[in-house]
Parts: sequence; C-alpha cells; structure tokens
Amino acid sequence: MTTLTHVLPYLVAAWVFLAGCYGLATSRDLIHAVGCLSVCQAATYVLLLAVGYRDGATAPVFSDLAPGSRPVVDPVVQALALTDVVVGATVTALLLALVVQVAKRHGTVDPDELSELRG
Amino acid sequence: MSPRMRLWLVAAGGAGLAALLVAACLDLPRFGGDRHPCGDRAVEASLSRHTANTVASVTFDQRAFDTLGEMSILFAAVLGSVVLLRQTRDEHRARPEPAAVSRPVRRYALLVLPVALLTGLYVVAHGQVSPGGGFQGGVVAATALHLLYLGADYRALERVRPLAPYEAGDALAASAYLVTGLAALLAGSAFLANTLLPYGTFNTLASAGTVPLLNAAIGMEVACAVVVLLAGFLDQAVEIVDEGESGERHDDPGRPGKRERP
Repeated sequence: MTTLTHVLPYLVAAWVFLAGCYGLATSRDLIHAVGCLSVCQAATYVLLLAVGYRDGATAPVFSDLAPGSRPVVDPVVQALALTDVVVGATVTALLLALVVQVAKRHGTVDPDELSELRG
Repeated sequence: MSPRMRLWLVAAGGAGLAALLVAACLDLPRFGGDRHPCGDRAVEASLSRHTANTVASVTFDQRAFDTLGEMSILFAAVLGSVVLLRQTRDEHRARPEPAAVSRPVRRYALLVLPVALLTGLYVVAHGQVSPGGGFQGGVVAATALHLLYLGADYRALERVRPLAPYEAGDALAASAYLVTGLAALLAGSAFLANTLLPYGTFNTLASAGTVPLLNAAIGMEVACAVVVLLAGFLDQAVEIVDEGESGERHDDPGRPGKRERP
C-alpha cells in the first residue's frame, strides 16, 4: 500500500500522458487534437510538481514565512513547470493558427480528409 | 491506413510506452521524500540574494538565461501566429457590427476591467516578493483589456488596442531583457548575472537586484504578446471574411484556396 502511494502521482502523470496520446491518435478534428496535445503537456506539470513535493512542506515563498521554520517544496521544478506552461500556451496558439489556415484552405478540420496536397 | 489498423497500432505502442513509464515510475525517488538537493541549494541562493519568492529567483536570477530562451520562444510563436493569421489577398475586412450586450454583463465587465488591470500590474510588480511575476501578471493584464470586448463591442476594444504599439512593445520588452543581461556583461560580470544592483532589503519591492527589472520586461512582453495573439484570432473571427461573402455569397469552385462551405 505504501509503495502505491509513493508512486501514485507519477502513475497519474503517465496515465494523463497516455490518455492525451490516445486522443491524438484517434482524433477526427484538428482542434480536438490540439486539445489532446495540451492534455499530454498537462501530464508533465503533474510529473514535475510530484517530483518536487516534500511531505508537510509549504510553498517556497518567504514573504510570510521565516526561512528555515518549515520545509518548502522544490522551487526548481516549479520554475520548470512555469516554463512548461508558457511554452505549452505558445505551442497551442501557433497550432490553432495553423488550424485556422487549414480550415480556410481545405474547408475541413478532419485530419483524415486532409490527405490531398493542394495549393 | 484503416482506422481499425491504426487503433491496433496505437494500442500496441501505448501498451509498450505504459509498461516503460510504469517501470520508470517505480524507480523514481519516492513521492514526498525529503531529499531535494537542487531545491535546497536554490532556496539558499535565493535567500542570499534577498529574494523572498524563490521561484522568481530561480526563473529570473539562477536560470535567467533559460528564461531568455523561453521568452524567445514566446516571441517567435507570436511572430508565427501574426504571419499565419494575416489577411490574405482573397479576403477583406468587414466592419464588425455593434452587438447588443445585456446590461448586467456590460456593467460587470466595465467594473472589473480596471480592477483586473491593476491586479495584473500588481502581480508583475510583486513578482520578487509574493507568488506571481511577469508571466502570470502579463496574462492577467492582457486579459483585462479584453473585458472591453465582452462589455462593449469589438470596435471599442480596437480603439484602446491599436496593434502597432503592442507589437513594438513586445519587441522593446524583449530587447530590454537582453539589454539588462548585457549591462551585467559591461559591468564586468557574466551575461544576465544578478550583480548589477544592490540586493536591497529582504521582502520589499526594491529587493533581489535585477529580478524586478527582468520581471517588468517579461510582464510587458507577455502582456503585449497575448494582446497581439488574441487580436490575430479575434480578427479572424470577427473582421476578416472572404471576398463576396459580406454581400450575396457566391461560390467559386474553380479557384483553389477558397473556403468551402457545406
């Protein structure tokens, strides 16, 4: 039982990632596919924050906390998660812009109907 | 490839990946464990530079160079979106019609707008002291402007949001980050090293050396980037239409690159 609780957050991250991958592979709509990619990315947030967690610890912000009075969680992975969020948002924006163009040029957002090459 | 075949392939690949991921998870340090050597050192370095918000210290001081890369990604993505969402030759701009907004929505949006804008600026300014910073506050401030679209209409938003200054602001903020880094270089230290300014009093606005400057630059860049990005999408949704679509719609199947409506 204890082993399970010690790896459960990591397994949740893996599960979220695989769920996103399944959505990507079976997607019939490009906007849905972009959403699935965001789900995959959300798995990395779970993984990063799980790696940085420490039992009984609080946020690594010392504006209302005397340094050393309480354990704090790992700030490095939190900064990495921040980077992750920013990059995820930009990738989503760029992909959605591409979907807008695909919809205009081809009149469809179903990836299966996009097999032909057209100007 | 048939959908059935593809599903089988995904199932096989997914099962393999799942097995590898589970094996990797079992080997990770246990969740909630007490051993975080990187985190402990980051907290120590942050406190030695009088930065109350350790995450801001990691982002804008210890990993400032990585944040430069992150900012460049944002900048490049905005540039790409602007190019992708531009008005093409077979499109023209329609003047958006003012839409009726119910009065509670209008009142609430206009009431919350200044509060949200101020909150965004507050979050940017206090990035080195409390949770938040340039990335978070920039998004809040940029979103606040778009309450005008909800509360009034698109033309009102366009009046407070002429795009050119925001595009210029994006570039200016990105160069401000670079210049802060170069200033450290000129002062005889390493690029983006936090040695330029005194570290100040712990837990006040004027603390943490160059972290507030970099925070402000990032805040401005993110706010401008979000405004420009959303403007691109909103223009596509509201203003830009195909030739001939605004009057009577005539379909021209002979022309490639033409939107096909079912």
